[in-house]
Amino acid sequence: MRIAGRRIRPGAVLLNVGAALVALLVLAPLLWMVTVSLMSAGEAAQFPPPILPAVPTFEHYRALFVDYGVGRYLINSAALATLATLLALLFTLPAGYAFAKLRFRGRERTFQALVGALVIPGQIGMLPLFLMLKYMGLVNSYAGALVPWLAGIFGVFLVRQYALSVPDEMLEAARIDGASEWQIFTRLVLPTLQPVIVTLALFVFLGSWNDFLWPLIILSDQDLYTLPVALAALSREHVQDNELMMAGSVITTLPVLIVFLALQRYYLSGLMAGSVKG
Amino acid sequence: MTRRERTAWGFVTPALLAIGLFFALPTFAALLLSLTDFDIYALADIRNLRFVGLDNYVSLVGRPLFWTAMGNTMWFVVFGVPLMVAASLAAAMLLNARMLRWKALWRLAFFAPFVTTLVATAVVWRYLLHTRYGLINYALGQLGIEPIDWLGDPDAALPAILIFVVWKTFGYNMIIFLAALQTVPEELHEAARIDGAGWWGRFRHVTLPAIAPVVLLVSILSVAGLFQLFAEPYVMTQGGPAQSTVTVLYFMYEEGFKWWNLGAASAVAVILFILIFIVTLVQLGLARRRNAI
Repeated sequence: MRIAGRRIRPGAVLLNVGAALVALLVLAPLLWMVTVSLMSAGEAAQFPPPILPAVPTFEHYRALFVDYGVGRYLINSAALATLATLLALLFTLPAGYAFAKLRFRGRERTFQALVGALVIPGQIGMLPLFLMLKYMGLVNSYAGALVPWLAGIFGVFLVRQYALSVPDEMLEAARIDGASEWQIFTRLVLPTLQPVIVTLALFVFLGSWNDFLWPLIILSDQDLYTLPVALAALSREHVQDNELMMAGSVITTLPVLIVFLALQRYYLSGLMAGSVKG
Repeated sequence: MTRRERTAWGFVTPALLAIGLFFALPTFAALLLSLTDFDIYALADIRNLRFVGLDNYVSLVGRPLFWTAMGNTMWFVVFGVPLMVAASLAAAMLLNARMLRWKALWRLAFFAPFVTTLVATAVVWRYLLHTRYGLINYALGQLGIEPIDWLGDPDAALPAILIFVVWKTFGYNMIIFLAALQTVPEELHEAARIDGAGWWGRFRHVTLPAIAPVVLLVSILSVAGLFQLFAEPYVMTQGGPAQSTVTVLYFMYEEGFKWWNLGAASAVAVILFILIFIVTLVQLGLARRRNAI
């Protein structure tokens, strides 16, 4: 077979068709989620299961926003994820840079302890943390929901790995010119850290948006619910309303999919830096 | 301390304080809390709190539901780790094939489930797995397989959740494998081909030895992930049917935040940590004996 002057081998065709089929299989649940969310109530409860809506309708999206107050949860999720991202960057960036480039006694030992602590799952300390926040009056508040994102060991590790590549000569030259360490950090170092800042911001934003167990524990007031917590509660009440639940799932997961698609380059490179080199 | 050292500590102190206060302290406190009878009465008035030594652990050992949860979680680990490694390695090898085009597109498609919201996709899968109207039973029906009551049959519910978990997470491990596969020198494959090695022979004797440390890394990450399943049973089955999908973390959640037995729940957390630690050590030991690392 010849197309456009290049020989195409049957093996290559088979391979590409295979990859396309696997991709379709992997994406099928997400595609079906979207099409069912556009069906009218009860349409999905048929055999054989319909693939496309007979007449597409947005009634479930309207119902979710008007009758179930999903707009509120959407804002909660967006606000919490944004705050978590800003706070994580504020705490993590200076520390990660210092562990890579500033010399102080106990640096290596402290950093090794942090890396060792990476293997301890956060859920172990969840119950005492809940009690701690209860006595601090932070249960059922955004502050309580944000607290775990301040203690991001992985973020410190990620920033440190990246900051190791900042040239020492550049920092020394700035010191000789009389710049303070803080000036060097904000004016010189932060711009060079830009890719890892985007990566870390993306990790924290998606992590906070998708998080379930901690917000479920700490937020008891329905007005404070994030989308996943609200969706889980809604899905327990509306087991039969498939179309409505699919619309709710689309609203919950579409924002993070879009953010990921826009910034996937940073996400994947960060993933490699965090896992393979570590 | 020099002035420069003081500035450096200024950079790390906020992060270290936060980590100490909100991570290290609660983790140690879990150990202490597990030695007390902290319950709803202690929550109302701390003076009701008593030190009970290892009583929480002793009574856990006597509870059937605790063993059910342990059994289910171990089931996930035993079947999930090989499945996860196989699925993600197969996907990575497909993406790494020289003749494949539009690699970035396929990689994106395979990775997409990983970034979706777990609760949302669990809701979607609960519907996909529906006995009568679900797409999965419909597809199986086309192959002549009778409908399976995935989430209603105690024997099918664990495999159903595991299939969902593999779909959700294989993309992450695939990226790690892909990075490793790209470091395997092409000349090694060429040499093996010239020596007459087939596809399987090259996989066994060239690819696998080269990526062995990464297989170890992925299985360690998978163990940690599978020990922490919670939202999946919470959304898809609520631990049922007949408690067949209660995981250790689900058990801990119910014990702690439904019944407010925070002391007993902390004991569960400590046991979970010890389990993850032991299984990881066993994996490292096995790998060392086979000279993988």
